[in-house]
Amino acid sequence: MISSPFLLGGPRARRLLPFVGARFARALLVLCGAIFMPFISASAAETTPIKIGHYGSLTGKDAAFGVATGKGVQLAIAEINAKGGVLGRPLEYLVEDIQSKQGESATAVKKLISRDKVAVVIGANASANSLEAGPICQNFKVPMMAISSTNPKVTEIGDYIFRICFIDPFQGAVLAKFARESLKAQKVALLTAVNSPYSIGLSDVLRKDFTARGGTIIAEQKYSEGEKDFRAQLTAIRSAKPDVIAVTGFYTEAALICKQARDLGLTVPFIGGDGWEAPQLTELGGKAVEGTYYCTYFSAENAASEVRSYVDRYKARWNQEVPEGVSALGYDAMYLIAAAMTKAGTTEGPKLRDALAATKNFPGVTGSTTIDEKRNSAKAAVMLTIKNGRSTFFESVTP
Amino acid sequence: MSEFLQQLINGLSLGAIYALIALGYTMVYGVLRFINFAHSDVFMVGSFIGYYLGKHIPENTVWGGIVILLGAMLGCALLGMLIERLAYRPLRGAATLNVLITAIGVSLLLEYSGQVFFGATPRTFPAVFPSANFNFGNLVISTNQIIVIAVAALLMVGLQLIVYRTKIGTAMRAVSLNPKAAQLVGVNNDVVISFTFGLGSALAGAGGILYALNYPSIDPLMGVMPGLKAFVAAVLGGIGNIPGAALGGLLLGTVETFVNGSQWSTYKDAIAFAILIIILLFRPAGLLGKFTVEKV
Repeated sequence: MISSPFLLGGPRARRLLPFVGARFARALLVLCGAIFMPFISASAAETTPIKIGHYGSLTGKDAAFGVATGKGVQLAIAEINAKGGVLGRPLEYLVEDIQSKQGESATAVKKLISRDKVAVVIGANASANSLEAGPICQNFKVPMMAISSTNPKVTEIGDYIFRICFIDPFQGAVLAKFARESLKAQKVALLTAVNSPYSIGLSDVLRKDFTARGGTIIAEQKYSEGEKDFRAQLTAIRSAKPDVIAVTGFYTEAALICKQARDLGLTVPFIGGDGWEAPQLTELGGKAVEGTYYCTYFSAENAASEVRSYVDRYKARWNQEVPEGVSALGYDAMYLIAAAMTKAGTTEGPKLRDALAATKNFPGVTGSTTIDEKRNSAKAAVMLTIKNGRSTFFESVTP
Repeated sequence: MSEFLQQLINGLSLGAIYALIALGYTMVYGVLRFINFAHSDVFMVGSFIGYYLGKHIPENTVWGGIVILLGAMLGCALLGMLIERLAYRPLRGAATLNVLITAIGVSLLLEYSGQVFFGATPRTFPAVFPSANFNFGNLVISTNQIIVIAVAALLMVGLQLIVYRTKIGTAMRAVSLNPKAAQLVGVNNDVVISFTFGLGSALAGAGGILYALNYPSIDPLMGVMPGLKAFVAAVLGGIGNIPGAALGGLLLGTVETFVNGSQWSTYKDAIAFAILIIILLFRPAGLLGKFTVEKV
């Protein structure tokens, strides 16, 4: 796919070209290695890079997540390599684009594991993608660290699947508490993306928790990812007169939904999960997303010194961009894996897995991470609100 | 009641866009007896022409909006004629299946070269027309919805006038009726067919702008679903029949919207297509189509 001539010249190809170049250079190295092998001592093999595989959507409608995650991972790798790498070996970043398409994750991960022989797999963002790739990592006994896949089923795939984020029951509880206590909502309308395990899972918990807190789910409507017309669902919701509308899907649809809702005269606040966090939310939504709230892992406005220093380094590396939740998770994931490799003293799958599973109170920019017996990370959540076209810290919520 | 009326307005504005795209399918079918599958991608190109023009023309002005609309229509008309010249004309007289497969090929070529040139990441379409909302009690109509319905109605009436009141329209009908006989009485078939493609593609371009006005996230694969629905609308109304395409589009848009607002929204497309099958069972030539026996 990478060598397809049709891709040359596009933005995607530009991103991949250095990558192709790197592959070519590597192929040459291997060739040279084969010729000079008898003359080189065994110590040369020790400094071969440790390959870190990342799969994510670099193009398509979920591209914001994959690109931001990759930037966090690459920043961590650059920092670790500058300090001498892991186990005396440098880290090498390999990335596969899954194009926001279902079915691509499995291919991408197979390629990373069987052809590139990566030591560990990082990704994906959407739960649907992680659910696809997980069984392959489990089969090959290569540890996988999911970034923002919050559906509980992801780590239930097997004992090689970990995640660096909180899970939907936690996030749903945060949203329910926020709607009930901070927004004082009595009636909530729910919009769920029926072809996204993430959205369905989050809606389930939100429904249960909000009702348990004495509120009512007054209307429930469904849509599919990739759709653009939500006026019909919103018209039905408008008749129910909710206090708050929760959209549990991703940012592209969320922005269009807010826009069409404002057109229909719905002025109530919208709330959403971490799937909302992307610059495209405000770019696409414009004025319509002002005053909406969403839950995420990390706020770049956090005053803690380690967060401030991370934000500065990220901005210096990536053209003054402000890091988002998923890039901070990618950064933390890479450091956590590096720490586990150091502790295990090897990059072999089973030993690395045990070291990852034993992670306790690992300090990161998204807070302290402890991997529990279900290989999930326990973390606090922050609520952000859109003010003047920017995501602004609103409050920390622990359910 | 107000919810019903609101859904009707939503449905009509969606249906008007389907109708505009469906007209292109039906016109080409009427003249050439083949389905131009690349039509839905011309629609996508129309949105992108609008997107790039929008960078140079001030947003939120009526004249700016009209310039963008006309620019996209012109660009798409040229693209449509180019596609016909390069891909379909060399196959004139070949088996229908060959042309059909070529059409699918052109469609894929446009989609994936779109990913190369425009990028696969969805873009935000600018607000080209000034927008406001009108409230009638509980009913809300946005200017974008009014623009969609008005422009679509205007273009359909214009199309009807061109086909029935002008010389080139008469020639189009002649070619449609019998291409060989038309040639014998002095009609230049190539010019007529080229014009048909230009006209149909211009309508697709207008559809692209109107669609992007209402749903301002555009990407190179955005034409696939609306194109499929519009094709269905054309068949539903009776393919080859211009008022039929308009009726089919409006009907499909309205049904889809009503199902979407109900409890069965997950089955939206299934229900819309089931209705299509039922209608075609009872009226095999579509709602307004005439059933003709194929001459052997």
